Amino acid sequence: MIRLEGVTKRFRSAAGERVALDGVDLTVAAGQVFGVVGRSGAGKSTLIRTINLLERPDEGRVTVDGEEITALAPAELRAARRRIGMIFQHFNLLNAKTIAENVAFPLRLEGRPGAEVDRRVAELLERLGLTEHARKHPAQLSGGQKQRVGIARALATGPKVLLCDEATSALDPETTDDILNLLDQLNRELGLTIVLITHQMEVVRRVCDRVAVLKDGRVVEEGATADVFLHPKHPATQAMLAEGEEAFDVTLAPVGGRLAKLTFRGGSTYEPELSRVARSVGVDYSILSGRISRIRGEPYGQLVVAFTGGDAEAAVAQLSARGVVVEAA
Amino acid sequence: MGALFANIDWLEIARASRDTLLMLGGSMVLTVLFGVPLGVLLYLSGRGRLAANPVLNAGLSLVVNILRSVPFIILLIVMLPVTVMLVGTSLGVAGAIPPLVVGAAPFYARLVETALREVDKGVVEATQAMGGSTFQIVTRALLPEAMPGVIAGATVTAIALVSYTAMAGVVGAGGLGDLAIRFGYQRFQTDVMVVTVVLLLLLVQALQMLGDRLVAAVSHR
Repeated sequence: MIRLEGVTKRFRSAAGERVALDGVDLTVAAGQVFGVVGRSGAGKSTLIRTINLLERPDEGRVTVDGEEITALAPAELRAARRRIGMIFQHFNLLNAKTIAENVAFPLRLEGRPGAEVDRRVAELLERLGLTEHARKHPAQLSGGQKQRVGIARALATGPKVLLCDEATSALDPETTDDILNLLDQLNRELGLTIVLITHQMEVVRRVCDRVAVLKDGRVVEEGATADVFLHPKHPATQAMLAEGEEAFDVTLAPVGGRLAKLTFRGGSTYEPELSRVARSVGVDYSILSGRISRIRGEPYGQLVVAFTGGDAEAAVAQLSARGVVVEAA
Repeated sequence: MGALFANIDWLEIARASRDTLLMLGGSMVLTVLFGVPLGVLLYLSGRGRLAANPVLNAGLSLVVNILRSVPFIILLIVMLPVTVMLVGTSLGVAGAIPPLVVGAAPFYARLVETALREVDKGVVEATQAMGGSTFQIVTRALLPEAMPGVIAGATVTAIALVSYTAMAGVVGAGGLGDLAIRFGYQRFQTDVMVVTVVLLLLLVQALQMLGDRLVAAVSHR
């Protein structure tokens, strides 16, 4: 659905040239929720803006739904942009217009007839639970409601792709949850392809099928969200994942024995694998750290344990045989 | 009453009031007509804007600054030949309007430019992302969003024009300010001075109130 090939963007300023994107290749399949994470300054904002060419790359090609965006004439580009919705961190609603007028805005720009606009706007307001706010102005709404208006507006022209530029970063955790559920629902019900950039790992964990980690304008790691989150390879990814957790170095724990990081995924998360293996091999274990949660709905558990008083290697072998991923801690 | 306002010719006052209103109305309409597009051009050609063009921006900026730095009384005289060319006369209300517009439009253009700069860049970006053309971005997003500032600027400009019109007496345009200078000041007719100044004050007050109400009506912050 979306393909970036060798996308490079440089910014020139008095201070000299800065490379914001350095030969980025990415492919987002139709119907996917694709996350791009990175710290501020990693190039996320620039990256998402190359998809609808709010930033024109210096090199490389961008293709959306089979159409090479980077090769379009201005009028064709404007038409292509109507097929790509976008929502923003600060919502970017028009303060002078009512909620209904904001949602109608992209349709008016397109010159659609009034009756059609009214029908479409009513439908979108209904879908997003905004009907009662139709005549209000953005200043009268809360952040979460404003983002709902932003989403309604982005969907007005019936796009296949939705770009989310830090769409939840200005919202409190509860509202973030609400908006993420909504994005998830739109993805499933409308088959909407979603690209979102964020510095919040939690957002990726909640809704993304795939994730790319951006550092200094390069993609340093990319894969299915569960793979990247449970077995991060690049130091940048590991650092970002470690941030939310309490800093705790398990190797400093005052226990002896063999340390191992165990990852349970899917159904095995709920199976008593660890205690079965411990009983059959005759080892003891201490749990040093652990987390049981979900990644895009898939349950997982990740534990760091220390095996003592028995054949630790046999326990590791049996756990591996039962589908538990065992890594050095 | 008769003794208090001995020198006052009420017909004269009425005629002067009419002339002031005509000059103000005529020049204000034209000032907005020229000032808004000029302000939009100044904004659009600015650094990092939609139609960034350093040469055009520097050129426009220079012209605006030159016009704004010429004292109005000088502008009135310098413009004489141009005024004759434009309206066929350099006298009366018609003769005063071209210099009034040339004096006020650049000032108003700067106020419009400032109002546009106050609009969040995100709104421009969002409109662009929706497939809006530059013209649509200006007319459907930027100007409506900047409307409170654009109207407040028009109020300031209209009030500045009121004081400019006082000088238009030099070209025989008449008006309240002219009456105050010729009778109230030069002939020491204090009563004429008082009446004209009170009328001008009422005019300014009315303009400010109208402007404030319009701003309030279009503000949704």
